[in-house]
Amino acid sequence: MNTIKKQVVIIGGGPGGLAAAVKLKKAGVDDILILEREHELGGILRQCIHDGFGLTRFGETLSGPEYAQRFIDEVKALGIEYKTDTTVIGLTKDKKVTAVSRDGLMEYQADAVILTMGCRERTRGALSIPGERPAGVFTAGVAQTYINLKNKMVGRKVIILGSGDIGMIMARRMTLEGAKVEAVFEIQPYPSGLPRNIEQCLNDYGIPLFLSHTVTKIKGHHRLEAVEVSQVDEKLNPIPGTEKEYECDTLILSVGLIPENELSLMAGVELDPRTKGAIVDEFCQTTVPGIFAAGNVLHVHDLVDFVSLEAEKLADAVARFVKEGLPKAEITVETAGFVGYTVPQQITGDADVILSFRPRKPMRDKYIDVYQGETLIASKKYVKLLPAEMEKIKIPAEKMVSGANIKVVTRDE
Amino acid sequence: MNRTLTCILCPNGCELEVVYEGNEVQSVSGNKCPKGAGYAEQEIKNPMRNIASSVKLEEGSMPLVSVRLTGPIPKAKIMDVMAEIRSASVTAPVKIGDVVIADVLGLGVDVVATRNVGRRS
Repeated sequence: MNTIKKQVVIIGGGPGGLAAAVKLKKAGVDDILILEREHELGGILRQCIHDGFGLTRFGETLSGPEYAQRFIDEVKALGIEYKTDTTVIGLTKDKKVTAVSRDGLMEYQADAVILTMGCRERTRGALSIPGERPAGVFTAGVAQTYINLKNKMVGRKVIILGSGDIGMIMARRMTLEGAKVEAVFEIQPYPSGLPRNIEQCLNDYGIPLFLSHTVTKIKGHHRLEAVEVSQVDEKLNPIPGTEKEYECDTLILSVGLIPENELSLMAGVELDPRTKGAIVDEFCQTTVPGIFAAGNVLHVHDLVDFVSLEAEKLADAVARFVKEGLPKAEITVETAGFVGYTVPQQITGDADVILSFRPRKPMRDKYIDVYQGETLIASKKYVKLLPAEMEKIKIPAEKMVSGANIKVVTRDE
Repeated sequence: MNRTLTCILCPNGCELEVVYEGNEVQSVSGNKCPKGAGYAEQEIKNPMRNIASSVKLEEGSMPLVSVRLTGPIPKAKIMDVMAEIRSASVTAPVKIGDVVIADVLGLGVDVVATRNVGRRS
């Protein structure tokens, strides 16, 4: 097997990988290769046929396929090399990439590797829902693949567990296609998806959303026949005596996304248990020099626009890395209070930095304070903070003078 | 009368407090941008929505092609438009923006393709 040299190998041709490739090429890096395991570029956007994409990045509202096509057209116009139907099966810390396709086994030696593999869905197994194992239990994304790409209707009488955005979007989609969506159940006392999707996907179609409820049993031998739903207490444990049975032939799970980091781990990239993505610095560089990550493989985003923007920022840094190298980021960003995580987790302190974060629970009228050592270096008031909405806070370079670690906390007033 | 609405025009999802009398909106608050006020007014008068779906594709490399409307339609017409979309079919190749159904049900909007799909090889 020949080893082919490439300046930059991008793993994953979804919105993150495509945006990174285009920006890199425009920044003067020519020797780029995108590897994509599906038959076409575009990633998950290929099946997200609803609109609402692109308001931030393009200033107009597009469907998923249209949004992806804008980047695919640019990739093609710029002559960026890509291989589809090609699965990466190995990655080392020396940036050796092993891939397979119908052409056989390939090995690439890259100067920099960009991880844009996206995420995958949590399944029934991850929730350990008791009961039988009939057909008719799908994750929301799988139901979306069947309906939007394969022209196969998955069911007629539907219960949805989890109020994630994809679950709500599938509630609307299945209703439009003639199914009866009985209800959406959410174990948390607050919705996990965006308020606009509760409005336009559930309320518009009279689909009720029950908070603090979960599915406690799956019934049916060959095909799903019913689910048992229970209320949960504040510790999310089912309350005995609250069980209620719902007849249905389909259960859709929209219970969370997990960054797909098997390759990252293979290369020795250190993950953050809070995001389940890589620990990165402000350049989106992981703990392995020369390996970078952006998009949903790094942390799950609410909007594809932010995936593209993050990948474009990454591309600027990768261009700098291959030309001149990058400074070390030795300041650690810690979180406390109700701040769930930040990305990046390491910074240089040399330049302005924007931290992305999510709150751990819904809050109103709270301040987010950023300290370096004992000194308050940034503060911002938020009228509304929701776990469903990623927020940002900027730290100006001139405030970071001490080199001490940074701490991001919540404050009541 | 008072009503609380969630603006659906962008991911901000502003919570709008609307004061209205019959079809007439008297005040809107809670909107981060001027679009929110327009949305509230439309929502009180006659709620409008855009929808996305897919249409059967003959001789395509995929069995269907995704579509959407070029503009919003009255909420009450959604299921009627879906029936039109369900009975339509097109033949590959299709390009983004190709009109699949012109002026659907006389509502003044077209059903257009949102994906490029080539012919089956």
